[in-house]
Amino acid sequence: MRELHVPALSLVALVGVSGSGKSTFGARAFAPFEVIGSDFCRGLVSGDENDQAASGDAFDVLHYIVGKRLDRGLLTVVDATNVSAESRAALVALARDHDVLPVALVLDVDVNLAIERNRARPDRAFGEGPVRRQHAQLRRSLRGGAKEGFRAVHVLKGPAEIDEATIVRDPLLNDRRSLHGPFDIVGDVHGCLDELLDLLATLGYAVSRDDRGRPVDAAHAEGRTAVFLGDLVDRGPAVAGVLRLVMGMTAAGHALAVPGNHEAKLVRALDGRNVNVSHGLAQTLAELDAEPPEFRRAVRDWCYDLVSHLVLDDGNLVVAHAGLKEAYHGRASGRVRSFALYGDTDGETDEFGLPVRYPWAEEYRGRALVAYGHTPTTDLEWVNNTICLDTGCVFGGMLSALRYPERETVQVPARAVHCEPVKPLGGARPAERPRDELRLDDVLGRRAVETAGGRVTVTAENAAGAFEVMSRFALHPRLVPYLPATMCPVATSQREGYLEHPEEAFAQYAAWSVGNVVCEEKHMGSRAVVYLRPDGGAVYTRTGRTFFPGDLTETLLGRVRAAATTAGLFGELGSEWLLLDAELLPWSAKSMGLLREQYAPVGAAAELALPSAVAAVESARARGLDVTETADWTQARLADARAYAAAWRRYVWPTEGLDGVQLAVFQVLAAEGRTFVDVDHRWHLDLSDRLVAADPGLFRATRRRVVDLAEQADRDAATAWWEGLTADGGEGMIVKPLPDADGERRWARDVQPGVKVRGPEYLRIIYGPEYARPGNLARLRSRSLRHKASLAIREHALGRESLDRLVRGEPLWRVHEAVFAVLALESEPVDPRL
Amino acid sequence: MFLSVTLTGPHAPDLGFLLHKHPGRVQTFDLAAGRATVLYPVDEPGESTCALLLDIDPIALVRGKRFRSESGLLDQYVNDRPYAASSLVSVALGRVFRSALNGECPARPGLADRALPLTVRIPCVPVRTHRDASADAQVRALFEPLGWTVDARSVPLAPGLDWGDAPYVDLTLSGEQRLADALSHVYVLLPVLDNAKHYWVGSDEVEKLLRRAEAWLPAPPARDLIPRRYLAFRREFVADATARLDALDGAVPDTAGAAADTGDGALPEPADETGPAGETVAAGEVAPAVPSMPETGSADVAGRPPLAARRAEAVLNTLHEVDARRVVDLGCGEGHYLRRLIADPHFTEILGVDVSPRALATAERRLRLHRLSDRQRARLTLRQSSATYRDDGLAGYDAILLVEVIEHIPPDRLESVAANVFGAARPSHVVVTTPNVEYNAVYGLPEGRLRHADHRFEWTRAEFAAWAAAVADVHGYDVELRGVGDVDPDRGAPTQLAVFGRRAA
Repeated sequence: MRELHVPALSLVALVGVSGSGKSTFGARAFAPFEVIGSDFCRGLVSGDENDQAASGDAFDVLHYIVGKRLDRGLLTVVDATNVSAESRAALVALARDHDVLPVALVLDVDVNLAIERNRARPDRAFGEGPVRRQHAQLRRSLRGGAKEGFRAVHVLKGPAEIDEATIVRDPLLNDRRSLHGPFDIVGDVHGCLDELLDLLATLGYAVSRDDRGRPVDAAHAEGRTAVFLGDLVDRGPAVAGVLRLVMGMTAAGHALAVPGNHEAKLVRALDGRNVNVSHGLAQTLAELDAEPPEFRRAVRDWCYDLVSHLVLDDGNLVVAHAGLKEAYHGRASGRVRSFALYGDTDGETDEFGLPVRYPWAEEYRGRALVAYGHTPTTDLEWVNNTICLDTGCVFGGMLSALRYPERETVQVPARAVHCEPVKPLGGARPAERPRDELRLDDVLGRRAVETAGGRVTVTAENAAGAFEVMSRFALHPRLVPYLPATMCPVATSQREGYLEHPEEAFAQYAAWSVGNVVCEEKHMGSRAVVYLRPDGGAVYTRTGRTFFPGDLTETLLGRVRAAATTAGLFGELGSEWLLLDAELLPWSAKSMGLLREQYAPVGAAAELALPSAVAAVESARARGLDVTETADWTQARLADARAYAAAWRRYVWPTEGLDGVQLAVFQVLAAEGRTFVDVDHRWHLDLSDRLVAADPGLFRATRRRVVDLAEQADRDAATAWWEGLTADGGEGMIVKPLPDADGERRWARDVQPGVKVRGPEYLRIIYGPEYARPGNLARLRSRSLRHKASLAIREHALGRESLDRLVRGEPLWRVHEAVFAVLALESEPVDPRL
Repeated sequence: MFLSVTLTGPHAPDLGFLLHKHPGRVQTFDLAAGRATVLYPVDEPGESTCALLLDIDPIALVRGKRFRSESGLLDQYVNDRPYAASSLVSVALGRVFRSALNGECPARPGLADRALPLTVRIPCVPVRTHRDASADAQVRALFEPLGWTVDARSVPLAPGLDWGDAPYVDLTLSGEQRLADALSHVYVLLPVLDNAKHYWVGSDEVEKLLRRAEAWLPAPPARDLIPRRYLAFRREFVADATARLDALDGAVPDTAGAAADTGDGALPEPADETGPAGETVAAGEVAPAVPSMPETGSADVAGRPPLAARRAEAVLNTLHEVDARRVVDLGCGEGHYLRRLIADPHFTEILGVDVSPRALATAERRLRLHRLSDRQRARLTLRQSSATYRDDGLAGYDAILLVEVIEHIPPDRLESVAANVFGAARPSHVVVTTPNVEYNAVYGLPEGRLRHADHRFEWTRAEFAAWAAAVADVHGYDVELRGVGDVDPDRGAPTQLAVFGRRAA
């Protein structure tokens, strides 16, 4: 049985005459959808698979589909005769356009067998002529023996071989996703052996030397792997020494390397090609001339075999000498290699005669961290999740490394200026995107935001809906680094008289393998985020609007800052700034319009109409009429309406400026260098208590209770506690999972970060005054929570991501991207009562 | 949901015959929205009162889609329909008292044609006040011309809170009327008072209501109100993301907001260019939500406010002056300027962008793009964008217009706007207009009051000049300032206009 090796991501061209069995082979050897046939495309555009007049359009469609699949990183097989050189050239070009490798699989069968097979198919009544012509073309092609740009050409002779052949998919050489490091990624060394040894020592590598004392390997006690970003050679004082060490490390499995443009040139020079011996190549060649030929040979082969870029750690890390744009990650083509070696150039040169390098990193939006070198810079700086580690050691700068996944940089200074730079260091650094610049394509259109909790997709429609609000009403995005996620209500209760009940929340979390939960009193006000910064800050709503005009905000922030200082938060968290999640009370402080135009009139209308109705019914009863039924509903309506009016009225109290305004802080979202979203809620609430103690006038305490879900008595007591809260007019409570005693969070990612359990009286202002009547309740129970629950999870992931990006000091657009996505998801239509 | 009719005097005992409802019984009628009960609280020799009680099922209203909400938000679930006398009462009257409405009374021949001393009491009548009229005045304006003595009492919106009056009156009408007339007055005018904001009736229902009113339609201006309000509730239901997001903040969705985005967008259109009649009327109806804009207040006979027209003329003249042919209207709103740009063949490529998808959709409809020839159509592109996000698609144009836009942008984002427009897009010319706040006093606006609720600021001439000079300096433009409109010797012109020209590299 023959094994045919194809790269895991490739364009596979089947080649064979009509009737050679391509479709049958394709269907057997490949997965559904992997094979795109010209017949199928003819059918798509014309309704007839054999309509040769439709071939032009059919191949347009075929190329389009194949291109889309390749863009998406999917192996694709083209099932067409492909017997002409032109048709194969088109496929090679298509593969190159999408930076994948083309492979040809030739099905070479006897022409008479093919004719025979076609004769058996009534839809192929084109006779022998075409098949014989195809066969002749194929013969000519095979005779040539040229690969025509294909990476490999496999020829299967005869039906037996075709039937037995199996496909083996080889990972691409750059596909090292299974390596997880941890890595120490080293920038351009350029023959600076002493500095490299300094750096390796700093990083914790132990160097081994040969009997002549020359370093030949270095290993890390914790099994870390060094990654060299190329340009090991040229310019510096000890090129051969650097090569000996690095080649030894890679051979021992202690290091990986990608080639630089200098290695590429060295290979050509060693192969005897005519190269311009400049930029320090002369030193390298001189040094290598002093080495034995087998070392020169080994250097040549080692450099030649380097793969131009590597994709590591499940695709989260990409290394390439000159960087790599996202579309090229994990791809293989000449231009991918060229980009990886030389960067984004178009042949232009600058005033110093050096190629102009375009700032690809500025445009980079990818998920993977890209570490690269090539362009000497003075400072290490993150640009859109990329970092250039060439700090010009050979020019007297530093030799730099990035520790991954820690994202820490380590540098050692050059021991000398080994080479004078042609132009000043850092001068070549691209003009970077201003830190605060936001672009339309950061937010609009269909977008996928990568979060630690997975990819969250935002539809173009939702983005468009949020765009106006964000552009016109929200505060400046730099003041809005986070938007709160929506929260899902508890599963609907079947208990008599209840739509929501604590027991459902307890049962839900128990089913999610959570041991303990905290029940937090839910304050009925408006969700508020307090961003406290040394230079001011903001207090904003769920859509990023400010609660108060500037001067009042300043005053409020001043009070929060004073309380946080008194409570010792800044010192304890080691931060000059804080981001707090809170509820701002009273409800009327923000929602006056809603109260006056919607909630209050309903009560007023009932109070006008129903007493008259009740009186009329009583008069009729006094006349001796049987009005029992009418009296019942009019009186019940009046009672419900009054209970409703009392319900909203509790959340309203007068405020004047900030007088009467209260903040119930329930979470410290982030501070310098870290987020606190995963910290035990009890810690958050303790901090909240300290704020209350510092300024009891402004801060409001949050009552809470920890429940051991394994103890029914504990659950019952919590339910009674909730009943007490809600009977006093409280909105209800939030139930959130707590880590185990050992601090572990053992629940799955799709477990709700919290669910709300709202009180029966409060729900009157959500579901209407009369919702709790048995008939109404029965109908309302048919509510579906699925969409809301999924939104809550996705928004929560986005919220955490925006905080992560904030504390990592990423540029504004990165933070804003995730924040905007929360708002976009919030514009999705979902039952507003949930 | 409660209404009573009282007949006094010698014919009081005949009320049952006139209404075709026996005073000795309690009768119920099933209606689509709930159940009606008719009973007589009073049946005395000199006075008889018949009461209609409607037991409305609010959940069925929502689920049955007979009920329409402006926003698709919570007002669907928490609303006054079960209590207030709205069109649902009209529908119930039509069902329960159909014969009486038609003036039929075979049992007491002739009585139905006589004016009788009637009192109609409706304790909860929703009144959406028209412009600045009081609820009381509005109710009087409708019922008094029909011969009623009107007693309309207001009640506080929320006892204990200083929130003013509720949008309802406790209404008692008394007068000598034919019973059929009395019922039809109520039948037609209840929905008028309610402005039909919160409910929906099929169009055949509308026809019926209007037919009833033909005989006694009041004289203008009250007459104008009636058909207009009926048409209003045919308005398209716009489920809008902005409204949903407003709701998150506990704000009341502002249906006038989009129209008011760029100031000029809210202005009425010339009569020959209106869309479906209902929309224009509706736009007029919501206008009061926006504080009075001086420029709309002084419309000339053509219906075009002079300042807006003069500003448009000034802007277009400026574009001709600098020979700009490829133009971006940044913040195009509903297309007021796009219309003028398309009409002028000088402009070969026009790009209209706005932050609001709703405004863009309206612009597309109002500009009747689908009726333009392909060649005309190709000159215009409409899409979403914002001055606060860098949009490379705005680069390479001859001119960018920022007409009455910057004052809608929070001041701390103006720097990004300047960077995006002048720094990144870098057209040859930029035309910016904005109000001159000094001039507001000429309109009689009190000190500190801005011309539009959505204006984040309005600048003096000195402030605008300083901003323009700074932007020009930073981004390499020359700037010239002009005024548009009648110049006040002390306060300058109402509109300030700046023309920026990019300096040669």
